[in-house]
Amino acid sequence: MIARIIKQTFQVAYKDLLIEWRSPQRVSGLFFFALVLVILVAFTADASPGVLKKTAGGALWLGLLLASARSLDLSYAIETDNDALSGMVRWPVHPAAMFYGKALANTAVLTLVGMALTPMVVVMYNAPVQGSWLQLAAVLVLGGAALAAPGTFYALLTTRARASSVLLPLLLFPLVVPALVAASRATALLMDGDAMGEAGSWLSLLLAFDLLHWSLDGLFFGLIVEER
Amino acid sequence: MSFTVERGDALMLTGANGSGKTTLLRCLATALKPDHGRATWEGVDLWTDRAACRPKLSLYSHASALWEDLSGPENLRIWAQLGGYAPNIEARLDEVGLELRHEPVRTYSAGMRRRLALARSLLKEPELLLLDEPFAALDPDGRALVVDIANKRRASGTTLIIATHLPDEAAAVCDKRIHLEAGRAVAVP
Repeated sequence: MIARIIKQTFQVAYKDLLIEWRSPQRVSGLFFFALVLVILVAFTADASPGVLKKTAGGALWLGLLLASARSLDLSYAIETDNDALSGMVRWPVHPAAMFYGKALANTAVLTLVGMALTPMVVVMYNAPVQGSWLQLAAVLVLGGAALAAPGTFYALLTTRARASSVLLPLLLFPLVVPALVAASRATALLMDGDAMGEAGSWLSLLLAFDLLHWSLDGLFFGLIVEER
Repeated sequence: MSFTVERGDALMLTGANGSGKTTLLRCLATALKPDHGRATWEGVDLWTDRAACRPKLSLYSHASALWEDLSGPENLRIWAQLGGYAPNIEARLDEVGLELRHEPVRTYSAGMRRRLALARSLLKEPELLLLDEPFAALDPDGRALVVDIANKRRASGTTLIIATHLPDEAAAVCDKRIHLEAGRAVAVP
């Protein structure tokens, strides 16, 4: 049973990523959306180079947060066009496989956008990464996962709502504040050299947030996907 | 309403728009929880034991469950993998009269989508095949093909329930008919 769920999880993730690959305009659209936000923040802040550098982490994650709402909405649009989601429930694909597959694919997309956005932020905010690049990569992956898991859960709840694109941010954004704070602080610290070695504790908070949501949301996904 | 369908039977559901044909099929396909009553398949309650029943049922309806950005063969391959069924892509496409095309489904015509959706619903080799308006959007050749496929499936023991506005076409497959009005079975007019 567990082997079948794991197999289905990777098949759902593969399917979602194949669809993203076939329509690259979606990922590139997300990237440019996040990039515009990052540029806007850089220019409207009108801050001194030192202050601008300190806001780099926050700007990166603000861009990713707003792009995530669009990304998560799109990840269900491909399922609801022809009612493929309901088809998967009845096929049957295990609800946990549907959740983890979609959450994995959403994590990959958000991480990819984050990785493409980081060099832009580094240049525009004059914030070269002085800490560990490996840790920064971990922040991007764990931060992407922190947006993707509750996002995959709440995007399903709102997918049939009349104003899903408005409702999703209302539900999701307050929930992910702890993860965003942790990701922003860790990113800012790593860009600043992390002299006191504080980034690790923010990464731990991010990891704890991920563990909580990847387990609980996966557990409850089955209830809502069946009752849609 | 109460009715029994034997293994290998083919039942036709007719009725005006809104009479409840699709709702009934969706309840039988475990896509909808019935408000009242129960439906069983070989003694097993379809809704309460839906996990066990779902692999045996297949619903073919206007909701094609296809991913628009993937090609027809990719759609079939992924659905087969998800269910653990043998893909036999070329054979499936041949069965519904489609060629092996690698263009995305969004470029397909309405009739081609219907044929592909039918191929998808046959991947399971279902014991109970529920067909909701199977002749819609199909040309005469397509309708004849659906009749042919349905008859072959029936001959191999598959039970069929067909909801349709075209009783003449469905009569070539079905030997029983229930006419619905406002969710109730009435005498065939």
